[in-house]
Amino acid sequence: MRKNIFVLALIALLVLGLILTGCTTNSTDTSSEENEAEGSDTIKIGWIGSLTGDQAVWGTCELNTVKMLIEEVNEKGGWLGKQVEVIGYDTRGDAMEAVNAVRRLTSQDKVVAIVGPNASGQAIAISSVLEEMKVSNIATVATNPKVTIDEKGNTKPFNFRVCFIDPYQGAVAAGYAYDVLGFEKAAVLYDVADDYSQGLTEFFEKYFIEKGGEIVAKEGFKFGDVDFRPQLSKIKEANPEVVFMPYFFKEVALSANQARELGIDAVLMGGDGWPSDILLEMAADAVEGSYFVNHLDFDDPEVQDFKATYTAKYNLPVELNGYLAYDAIKLLEKAILNAGSSDSVAIRDALETAKVQGITGQINISKETHNPEGKEAAIIKIIDGKYVFQQKYSAK
Amino acid sequence: MDWFYVKGILILSGINLLAVLGLSLLTGFTGLFSFGHAGFMAIGAYVTASMSIKFGLPFIPSLMIGAMGAALVSLFIGRWTLNLKGDYFCIATLGFGEAIRLILDNVQYFGGARGWPGIPLYTNLTNVLILNIIGVVILVNLIRSRHGRNMKAIREEELASQIIGINVFKYKMTSLAISAAYAGVAGGLLAHYTGFIQPKMFQLIKSTELTIIVIFGGLGSISGSIIGAIVLTSLPEILRAFAKWRLVIYGMAVIFIMITRPQGLMGGYEITYGNIKKLVSRIFSIFNTKKTLGGDKQ
Repeated sequence: MRKNIFVLALIALLVLGLILTGCTTNSTDTSSEENEAEGSDTIKIGWIGSLTGDQAVWGTCELNTVKMLIEEVNEKGGWLGKQVEVIGYDTRGDAMEAVNAVRRLTSQDKVVAIVGPNASGQAIAISSVLEEMKVSNIATVATNPKVTIDEKGNTKPFNFRVCFIDPYQGAVAAGYAYDVLGFEKAAVLYDVADDYSQGLTEFFEKYFIEKGGEIVAKEGFKFGDVDFRPQLSKIKEANPEVVFMPYFFKEVALSANQARELGIDAVLMGGDGWPSDILLEMAADAVEGSYFVNHLDFDDPEVQDFKATYTAKYNLPVELNGYLAYDAIKLLEKAILNAGSSDSVAIRDALETAKVQGITGQINISKETHNPEGKEAAIIKIIDGKYVFQQKYSAK
Repeated sequence: MDWFYVKGILILSGINLLAVLGLSLLTGFTGLFSFGHAGFMAIGAYVTASMSIKFGLPFIPSLMIGAMGAALVSLFIGRWTLNLKGDYFCIATLGFGEAIRLILDNVQYFGGARGWPGIPLYTNLTNVLILNIIGVVILVNLIRSRHGRNMKAIREEELASQIIGINVFKYKMTSLAISAAYAGVAGGLLAHYTGFIQPKMFQLIKSTELTIIVIFGGLGSISGSIIGAIVLTSLPEILRAFAKWRLVIYGMAVIFIMITRPQGLMGGYEITYGNIKKLVSRIFSIFNTKKTLGGDKQ
């Protein structure tokens, strides 16, 4: 019994110590923040996204990009003559964690704007907190239309994004397949448990049928599956000219390899979940001649600088999210400079009309939708194991 | 720390606590392990949200209907799986939780995998606190009643309790249904807290998190569950400064507790006025009589 009491006391001490240290460091933080707010010599911006979990690759790249850009900004003297500080928090891909992180960023860290997250589910979940605290968010790759528009069709006042949305991407893929490539019979393989995949499938199907095409097969799988042969066999029987695969590169690589094994020689097509060096490592032969819709042309001269400095600094390849995080920061920079102040509401007002030339294209934020309007998508074809830019394409 | 931020953590702890209380009854007091409670939370969340949006009911009635929905589904599941012995029930609940999530992923009426935005924000600290107090009071009284004692008997020795005339199956069903109702309320609160629900929120990891909290706090202890829910919900937030290593440290903290105290933080004890008095007097007796060996083992 004595030993038990001792252990219990020890644990109580440890837990208490942990909580207390947490509190003390934080309270000193707040006091220093208050001083900073009075002196106002720094501008704080927040970032949220996955640093752990299955999307950690993208999240890490985003945070690296944001930190790198802000370092450059600080070397040049900062924004409005003030130094800029980035505070990045992990959400492990969980909407509740995102809500907690945003609560912390807006109330305790007092950031003026937040960049990220990289998933629609988290971006939608945080909007109520943003509205309460009046801080804007610029989502990087949250493509669900509901991120900036609420159920009743009103624009959410503090949600913005720099990427195009699912209906647009679906329309581009369908339009390119039907109008440019001349395919009339399409099959779709999609992830039934993934919001991104469901969204793209829905809009690809809608626009492809509207154009006069036919969906000959539609098969689903579940995230984590590694065997796609049953679904692919059915797709093979339907004999499509193009197979649309709106999901992420790991599953794309596996399913593309299996499709070729089964003798499906249709052209494969996908969305912005495709681009990754891992896809080419795993399935270069299988995806040869495939097309996908992307946010930018990787070989664009304007992109090279960023790619080179990033790779030199972190010794890692740039993932797609990095480019969009880059543009989100550029957009925020423009808005802060236009607003001429680091007040979060002034920044919001400036964001509503901000126009900036980003590396993924011209970004003109629309006041009605808070989306970048008229942003063209890039069509990429995989030739000889390389991503080769085909053309800029925009759907009507 | 800023109150707005702390309030968020407290609300989330309260929501987790309700689900954990239910699970505590099932796992801690009836001895049935469940890895599907996120499934009941999902049912609660979706039923509550549809009641308040599609049928325009006020918050509390919607929550009650959500709880009833979860309990009904649990009765249906329990009917077929509670006859399974030991680990098999645990595996069945695991399958159930995943099945619920995949079904919701594909019901376009509720938004499918893309989630359901625009749920009115009714949850606040006051109603979470009140519901938690009600939840604890009901649970404490239930456990102290004849029914609670029967459940504990089943946990300790199923065969023996059957022999002395306890309807084991019935009590397991009751325990499951009550715990599902708690999870349902928690789910409903969650839906009205974020204003957005997505099947992805109710993955297996959520179920394991709840089970970890119950075991961490101590099986068969309500105070343990309360402490566990608050500590383990706020721990990842306190550890935010560690960035990427946050969840590693979180995991290590849990492992450390489990090694040093395998019976959980409270290990079957409750924090009551009487127990505190006993503990204090025992500590004093240790200081007073330094070399008494044995004798005070209880």
